[in-house]
Amino acid sequence: MTTSGLTRDRRLIVGVTILGVLVLAAVLAPLIAPHDPESIDSARLLRGPSLSHLFGADALGRDVFSRVLFAFRISLVVSAGSVGLALLIGVPLGLLAGYSGGWVDLVLMRPVDMILVLPALLLAISLISVLGTGSSITLIAIAVIFFPILARVMRSSAQVVTTLPFVDSSRARGMGGFGIATRHVLPNALGPVVVQAAILMGFSMQIEAALSYLGLGTQPPTPSLGLMLFEGRDTLVQAPWAEIFPGLAIAITVLAFNLVGDGLRRHVNQHSSAA
Amino acid sequence: MSERLRFAGRRLLITIPVLFVLSVFVFLLIHLVPGDPVRTMLGFRATPENIARIRGELGLDRPLLAQYGTWLNNLVHGDLGRDYVSGASLTSLLRTSLPVTLELTSLSMVLATLVGVPLGVLAASRGRGWRSGTEGFVIAGISIPDFWLGIMLVLLFTGTLAWLPPSGYVKLTDDVARNLRYMVLPVLTLVIGETAYIARTARSAVEEALTKPFVGYLRAKGVAEKSIVFRHALRNAGVPIATVIGIQFGVLLGGSIVIEYAFGLPGVGKLTVVAINQRNYTVVQGGVLVLAAMFILVNLFVELMIGVIDPRVADGAGA
Repeated sequence: MTTSGLTRDRRLIVGVTILGVLVLAAVLAPLIAPHDPESIDSARLLRGPSLSHLFGADALGRDVFSRVLFAFRISLVVSAGSVGLALLIGVPLGLLAGYSGGWVDLVLMRPVDMILVLPALLLAISLISVLGTGSSITLIAIAVIFFPILARVMRSSAQVVTTLPFVDSSRARGMGGFGIATRHVLPNALGPVVVQAAILMGFSMQIEAALSYLGLGTQPPTPSLGLMLFEGRDTLVQAPWAEIFPGLAIAITVLAFNLVGDGLRRHVNQHSSAA
Repeated sequence: MSERLRFAGRRLLITIPVLFVLSVFVFLLIHLVPGDPVRTMLGFRATPENIARIRGELGLDRPLLAQYGTWLNNLVHGDLGRDYVSGASLTSLLRTSLPVTLELTSLSMVLATLVGVPLGVLAASRGRGWRSGTEGFVIAGISIPDFWLGIMLVLLFTGTLAWLPPSGYVKLTDDVARNLRYMVLPVLTLVIGETAYIARTARSAVEEALTKPFVGYLRAKGVAEKSIVFRHALRNAGVPIATVIGIQFGVLLGGSIVIEYAFGLPGVGKLTVVAINQRNYTVVQGGVLVLAAMFILVNLFVELMIGVIDPRVADGAGA
């Protein structure tokens, strides 16, 4: 695979750079955060942004910057976890369906299609209504709504690769179905799945925030960006910074994932049209 | 014409198993709750008599299949059961909340289409300025979480400018002007995100249509560029645009759940979220059923419209 196209794509570079900074901030949160995200201080209630409190303080006098850092950590873990879990289920399913075709395809994909009949957020909250709330349930609910999408993308990509001549030649050399599927089809069909996964990371971030905002996702005292947006609503006019910064953090992260996804998509498209 | 009718009939037939699976899913929701759903639902009012009475009313002691049969039969006759927290019938709860959701989603979808399609067409056919402007709007619209956008609009229009109320609701039938004042911000919030998706699809579909040979022919014939773009290319781009509107309606419904909650609109979405927080399972069932059915029916309508826009789909060539 050539990487020259990738390193020349401006959007991709911007996206990767933003993500790099954000991930680093999330990992180093305990070192960077100037204050304890939970420490309540009545002396700085609703205080505006200043040098010691970059993003100001909330209605309980907690430092918004430190809280955003720690909440962002949780959001990132939930996003990566949900997309990772969806990949673990969706990729083998799509590969098997796309490579085998016929009745295997039918039996595997019909139930998957049925999941896509429900609007994503509605399905997530239906699951949560049964399973309960919390970060790990949110992660699972998001994985359930994402894996059918990844399975579909994997399936159609595997279908295309399976028709290519080198697959036939492997078969002629006496290679088994499992070997061909995992060693030849999978690596060559993974491109579109990676693109989709990058875009879903952004969506996951938004869904986690929305669920926490509704009181159905991450529960206090665990910090979450959606929860911060919910808590800050009553003091929106007096302390807009408690609402502006957590939302900006989500928007910038989603933007970065979209830029990376778009950049990768262009690369994957060029690559497949050149092949 | 008979081909079209047959196409419509086929789409209707495909919808039936989908509705069936939806009904099974919604029916099972209450059965998947760990522990005793009736005890959880009643909370502090869970006396042994109350539990026994409601278990009997819900028929939870009978075989699952028989329960489903009764439930489906009641459903078909418009009886969705009862809200065991307030005592009201679900049908009456939904009768008051559904119009709110319908108004919010249909206003948003219509406005987003009216803005998104022309924006996409202009981005595809005009110079670089339109193109990059639209691209910036699209990526911002997709990246910004809708409920946060809503909060920011409240901050601007209510907090700073004091033009509009932050939240609340007046029935459309009571006072149209006041109803619309409450609807402006929630609708605007949903429209911005939806417009981005529609404009993106419209742009790429029209761009593709403009590369087709017939466009060169029309240009050579001296047809005005405006007519080529809006009459011929847009018509060719109709199918992907209609498809994305159908898909986006699902996203819009999801968004409306959060937006109703954020703006205090008493729609089906808010009803469902409040019910989940109260562990009020029969109301959750009703809300999920109505919202999902709306999504399925809108997509059926979109598919039928696609058959009208592109007769090849209905003739079976595109199927």
